[in-house]
Amino acid sequence: MKIVSGHFYGDNGKMKEYHYTGPVEHRFSPYSFNGGTVLAVAGEDFAIVASDTRLSEGYSIHSRDSPKCYKLTNTTVIGCSGFHGDCLTLTKIIDARLKMYKHSNNKSMTSGAIAAMLSTILYGRRFFPYYVYNIIGGLDEEGKGAVYSFDPVGSYQRDTYKAGGSASAMLQPLLDNQIGFKNMEGVQHLPLNQEKAVQLVKDVFISAAERDVYTGDALRICIVTKEGIKEETVPLRKD
Amino acid sequence: MALQDVSGFQDTPIHTSLSSLSTSSSPPTRRPFPLSHGTTTLAFVFQGGVIAAADTRASCSGLVACPSAQKILPIHSHLLVTTSGSGADCMLWERILAREIRLYQLRHGRRLSITGSAKLLSHMLHPFKGTDVCVAATLCGWDVEELFYVCSDGTRLQGELFSVGSGSPYAYGVLDGEVRWSLNEEEAISLAREAVYRATHRDAYSGNCVDLFHITAQGYCRRDREDLREEYHRKRERKDAGSHATSLVLTLGVGKRRSVEREKIQRGGVKWHGVE
Repeated sequence: MKIVSGHFYGDNGKMKEYHYTGPVEHRFSPYSFNGGTVLAVAGEDFAIVASDTRLSEGYSIHSRDSPKCYKLTNTTVIGCSGFHGDCLTLTKIIDARLKMYKHSNNKSMTSGAIAAMLSTILYGRRFFPYYVYNIIGGLDEEGKGAVYSFDPVGSYQRDTYKAGGSASAMLQPLLDNQIGFKNMEGVQHLPLNQEKAVQLVKDVFISAAERDVYTGDALRICIVTKEGIKEETVPLRKD
Repeated sequence: MALQDVSGFQDTPIHTSLSSLSTSSSPPTRRPFPLSHGTTTLAFVFQGGVIAAADTRASCSGLVACPSAQKILPIHSHLLVTTSGSGADCMLWERILAREIRLYQLRHGRRLSITGSAKLLSHMLHPFKGTDVCVAATLCGWDVEELFYVCSDGTRLQGELFSVGSGSPYAYGVLDGEVRWSLNEEEAISLAREAVYRATHRDAYSGNCVDLFHITAQGYCRRDREDLREEYHRKRERKDAGSHATSLVLTLGVGKRRSVEREKIQRGGVKWHGVE
């Protein structure tokens, strides 16, 4: 923002006069955008949470190995993208609250309970929000896959699949088509099995890395089943 | 909401010299992301009860954040709230309202009336007037044959017909022509569907499916969610076929009536009079 204004070049090509327009406040923004994409898919008895591992800011890449999936319990994984500082603090707060619940109630929080709790944590900062797009993936009480997607101030709902983060606008329509069978005529609605889901997630992230500058480097996939959480890392474009 | 944009209402409070006199420490931080807005919800009263309908699109400055949001939230068996405005604000404030109504019921042994619930919500939102909390809710219930519209700017209105949201002008156009006390149930339901359909057709921020609820003395009853894309194709076919039948008769649509809440309604009927 300029304190001094004026046209730099006049009609005859000579530089014109400057004049002072008044004081301009340069505000410090407490937020920053660190990029990254997160995706979650829920199946019949599994859930997949995947994220890329690039941490960027502006034109720089701070790290190529900063995954955005965090394990909360044996049956729940959260993916957080947006401003990395708020992601770290938010996951610390969630971990603390999980421990408190475990100590008072002698059991782990279920995925649905974690989702409801996160909604109130986020809304508690309604007027200075956590700049984080969260997606929780896990198994519900019946063992079925569940995905809960959030906006930065705590509005949430349960979905079958959701993409969040910088490439979400590119990935969500692709998921709508491939998993939701939307906008397709005369197609059998086959339920997704685990191998196909993992392959789809890999393909989808390869596409995202092609077209989104903030997504790339590597892909971390967390597969949640009743046996536990399995992690897999797949390389992506590094440019 | 489109109406907000047209009337120049600012989403974040404007930092004028006057606010330096206020007690808040520093000007509010600019949010780097948009929040969800834009909807069509409507509710009206007729001889057979109350109908509440809403679309299901949650949009976020040009992107459809969720095509299957739920904008009509049941608080208890005889009270529904339709939400409009910012998605998170509506969801959380209605949760708070449900908690307060439940606490009232436990403390006083009787259910809080719709009038009382509307006043409660309005007074709870009052401290946030001037901030960018944006909640515009219509409370629909059975104990009085009226609806209450409560807004976070302090409005609390009684009425028999309300439509809220960016698509509301289009819905009003359909409803003002046709709503009468003497409608029967099928006509009322198809009128509500038609109004939401027309609003979603013209308003960019409304769309996807329509949710319909019907409240009677026995409680509320929910119809299956219907995708309005099918409705568009049906209307196209009818237009091409050159049919002249009235729209009300034709839009007795293919949605199934599902009174899944019947058991709850029976129990709700008992709860309505008694003490827990």
